[in-house]
Amino acid sequence: MIISVASGKGGTGKTLVATSLALSLIDNCKVQLLDCDVEEPNANILLHLAMKQSQPVYISIPRIDETKCTYCGKCAEACAYNAIAMIKEKVLVFPELCHGCGACSYLCPESAITEEGREVGMVEMGNSGNLKLIQGKLNVGEAMAPPVIREVKKYIDPASLVIIDVPPGASCPVVEAVKGSDFCLLVTEPTPFGLNDLSLAVEVVRKLGMPYGVVMNRVGIGGEEVEKYCHREGIPILLRIPLDRNIGMLYSQGISLIEGMPQWREGVLRLFQDIKDMIAASRVAK
Amino acid sequence: MKEIVVLSGKGGTGKTSIVASFAALAQSKVLVDCDVDAADLHLLLNPKVKEEKEFWSGQIAFIDEEKCTECGLCQELCRFGAIKDFEVDPLSCEGCGFCYQVCPADAITMKDSMSGHSFISETKYGYLCHARLGIAQENSGKLVALVRQNAKLIAERENLDYIITDGPPGIGCPVISSLSGASLALLVTEPTLSGIHDLERVIGVCRHFGIPVLVCVNKYDLNEENTYRIESYCTNEGIEVAARISFDNAITEAIVQGLPVVEYSNNKVTQQIKELWQIISTKLEK
Repeated sequence: MIISVASGKGGTGKTLVATSLALSLIDNCKVQLLDCDVEEPNANILLHLAMKQSQPVYISIPRIDETKCTYCGKCAEACAYNAIAMIKEKVLVFPELCHGCGACSYLCPESAITEEGREVGMVEMGNSGNLKLIQGKLNVGEAMAPPVIREVKKYIDPASLVIIDVPPGASCPVVEAVKGSDFCLLVTEPTPFGLNDLSLAVEVVRKLGMPYGVVMNRVGIGGEEVEKYCHREGIPILLRIPLDRNIGMLYSQGISLIEGMPQWREGVLRLFQDIKDMIAASRVAK
Repeated sequence: MKEIVVLSGKGGTGKTSIVASFAALAQSKVLVDCDVDAADLHLLLNPKVKEEKEFWSGQIAFIDEEKCTECGLCQELCRFGAIKDFEVDPLSCEGCGFCYQVCPADAITMKDSMSGHSFISETKYGYLCHARLGIAQENSGKLVALVRQNAKLIAERENLDYIITDGPPGIGCPVISSLSGASLALLVTEPTLSGIHDLERVIGVCRHFGIPVLVCVNKYDLNEENTYRIESYCTNEGIEVAARISFDNAITEAIVQGLPVVEYSNNKVTQQIKELWQIISTKLEK
């Protein structure tokens, strides 16, 4: 079972919720937590696992053998990202623009293009008992998060319960992280920003077509609008976490909610039960 | 004309509240929201849209069922896993056109994709250039570049002193696109371990692209020990911490009212943000 934890708006508590789920469930089963917020991975700040393995992530970029190249220009023409340019008798490659699709090397009539790996990030792994953390890390200065996210997701073990910590927003990295999940939890807060960004995240999840529900964090600030929106749209609010300076304080020190306030475990387990029920109901409906 | 971009790495640290306050404090400026996939600045500035344009960018492959011979070549070559059972999943397609170029039956066409909208609006504080990326779309970097270009043209035409930009969270494609060539990046962080971790990475990105930075610690009194850590880290790195901003519900209350916090209250937070703007504008005059 794969549960992704997304939000639209940043800083609403995705990592707090993802780590709480993972830590509440490790007594019952094997859990993999995938930190797919590869631009700013934070899950291990709350989990403190020793990272034992790391694997660089490469994307394939073209290398042009100038002794074979006839400057026909087919590669530059084929590249949708303008990562190859022909200037007179010279081929220029712009590695940061390359998506690694492989069209240029395949289509080169002289077989003058080979591919070489360019490192864009890392996948790191650590575990403790039933918990395994797999985190992606985009290299500083790199633009493209999706290749790193794809690499992290290759480690999904179908025998484990998988929890995915998703990056904020509503664009391609979010889709890359969430797709293939059985359920998506959307974490929000009761402010106009929370509402606006929640409604965008809801559209993404609807497009991806999976059951989803809301966790409302910092209940007590803001107003009723998010509650009203969820009610109107028929979206269940599965967990409410109050605005509590103690929770903020624990988080600021890198202490997970389950470790610092174990009384939350019960509520998080109930949340998990609700998620399982919703997944089962949606399978029946299909 | 000087361009200030407000970034944070971590989401939810208060970028938008600070930019909206600068909107009210700065005299001669145009405002930009570069968080195109979860834009919130408009919620505080009450804009009247004057110009709306469709944003067409990138392409998506379509397979003509009638021409397709189901040879499977496209499926085999697509590195984004976007083709399954001779159908293209538009959410996975990165528009490289590899399939289109190799299809022996000419069954694949590339269709332009409408990836969002860009807006130029008027607010009581001046022009606002913003955008809405289509749900689950790519090319946020290009839309960011377009929004910034719109702002630059306005600033030149009206002879304005400042372009003030609300940036996206993270360190990837839209952040890099928001940042290139800016006069100064203001990095808004919070005294949590995640905030510090993410700040370090966004500082790395700014350095990579040679953009001068200034740091501001929001909600500094949430954990003063961490605030000291941030300040001493910055001192060691030769980075100025320009402001400490207190944790105050007035910031959330202002969001609920749809106002910049400096227009909503006249308490300590407002004074701190005013002083911050003073420091930034003095710095930029040099």
